[in-house]
Amino acid sequence: MNDMTPTDMPAETKTDLFSRFDPLIKQRQDLLDTGVTDPFSLVMEKVLSPTTAICSGRETILLGTYNYMGMTFDPDVIAAGKQALDDFGAGTTGSRVLNGTYAGHRAVEDALKEFYGMDHAMVFSTGYQANLGIISTIAGKGDYIVLDIDSHASIWDGCKMGDAEVVPFKHNDIEAMEKRLKRIPEGAGKLVILEGVYSMLGDIAPLKEMIRVAKENGAMVLVDEAHSMGFIGPNGRGVAEDQGVLDQVDFVIGTFSKSVGTVGGFCVSNHPKFEIMRLVCRPYVFTASLPPSVVATAATSIRKLMHAGNKRAHLWENSRTLHKALTGLGFKLGTAEPQSAIIAVIMPDLERGAMMWEALLREGLYVNLARPPATPAGMTLLRCSLCAEHTAEQVEIITGMFERAGKAIGII
Amino acid sequence: MDRAATAARIAEVITPFNKNAIGISEATSFSGDLEWDSLTVMDFVAAIEDEFDIIISMNQQAEIETYGQLIDAVTTLQG
Ligand SMILES: Cc1ncc(COP(=O)(O)O)c(C=O)c1O
Repeated sequence: MNDMTPTDMPAETKTDLFSRFDPLIKQRQDLLDTGVTDPFSLVMEKVLSPTTAICSGRETILLGTYNYMGMTFDPDVIAAGKQALDDFGAGTTGSRVLNGTYAGHRAVEDALKEFYGMDHAMVFSTGYQANLGIISTIAGKGDYIVLDIDSHASIWDGCKMGDAEVVPFKHNDIEAMEKRLKRIPEGAGKLVILEGVYSMLGDIAPLKEMIRVAKENGAMVLVDEAHSMGFIGPNGRGVAEDQGVLDQVDFVIGTFSKSVGTVGGFCVSNHPKFEIMRLVCRPYVFTASLPPSVVATAATSIRKLMHAGNKRAHLWENSRTLHKALTGLGFKLGTAEPQSAIIAVIMPDLERGAMMWEALLREGLYVNLARPPATPAGMTLLRCSLCAEHTAEQVEIITGMFERAGKAIGII
Repeated sequence: MDRAATAARIAEVITPFNKNAIGISEATSFSGDLEWDSLTVMDFVAAIEDEFDIIISMNQQAEIETYGQLIDAVTTLQG
């Protein structure tokens, strides 16, 4: 076999591994053939502020970012990043456990401990890796992971990477979760994984009841609070804090890529043995640490989010106003009431979803087009996420854009 | 419960999910013949789990391709 070149091989053994993508390639081509702009290759040519950018030469209002608290252009955050670039250089070129822990990495972990009021904080290079690492490391062979079927891809991938038995239950269904927990064999380790805000429909979880049931059945609990940090709960610690059960959560997973306004992920915990994770968690060990400028911007942003009461109130006002206006126009939304800063507008199908997305872009509005497999129940969604920096006037303009585009496409 | 009794109960559970009334034999493949979407699969698995008071983890589901394999798995899982 060794010296056989591909051309020597019989034709039938030459399989193109890419043929498994043919159905998707065709679906994408069919969509583009209808003449719509490719919704998945937009370029922001210039970013003017947390809420506006230049796309295809025109000024566009951004309603499809996760920049909930508008921290990306905060002057203190930017100054901290520039200072760190000057003082520590562009990157660490190393793992957190070798040469990649700088003063800034410790400082951002201290900021997180303070923000959440927890004993331990561990910073990863992304939130994706935080889920991948923590889940695959703490739940091992013979253990059971019980998780919501609508969990984020990074949670599923963490499950797949580990050796535990994986048992999903119907979205936010307390009874379905309880039944599964009760059927787990005696003596097996149990980890329940939930999210505070589910990012596709913007709905929240009944964490209070779910965590009670999880604890009654002897499970440890991990909650991903990626989409709640900074504006849900009395101190912005998330949905678990809002429902008064944060002290029952064993592990909170979060990200810097949303409210914090940069990139990175973390896990905070009160578990007395938590620090051992730094040695055994492969997605933490076998990758380079975040650049000094990133951790400096994150630490500054997190500390500012502790005192962001006014911004928080304005973000909620924006969410309520837009939710009410879109409902009034006759759009079908993911939740009957605004539960988070995400408002999901349900499209009849991918084709009209893409047309609507394009019509909005022409109006000067960017939203997120989401479709299966990211979405539940095969839905096509236009996901709108509000920012504390959207003005009341912008929200009004956005409503007008939705009205015109929706009528033009025939959705309302 | 023995295999035959298990098979009879699974046959009852599957009926409402088999919307196109496809003839089902032990060799029927879930992905190939029944062409269920992921939501239907989840609901069906939940229905089987509730009927027999068992857990079929994703890891175990990955090993079950045919109707006959499902009957085997459920028979075993009941212990
Ligand atoms: C629920 C949830 N968890 C984790 C992540 C991953 O975050 P990051 O962008 O930091 O990788 C995301 C972001 O997409 C998310 O929505």
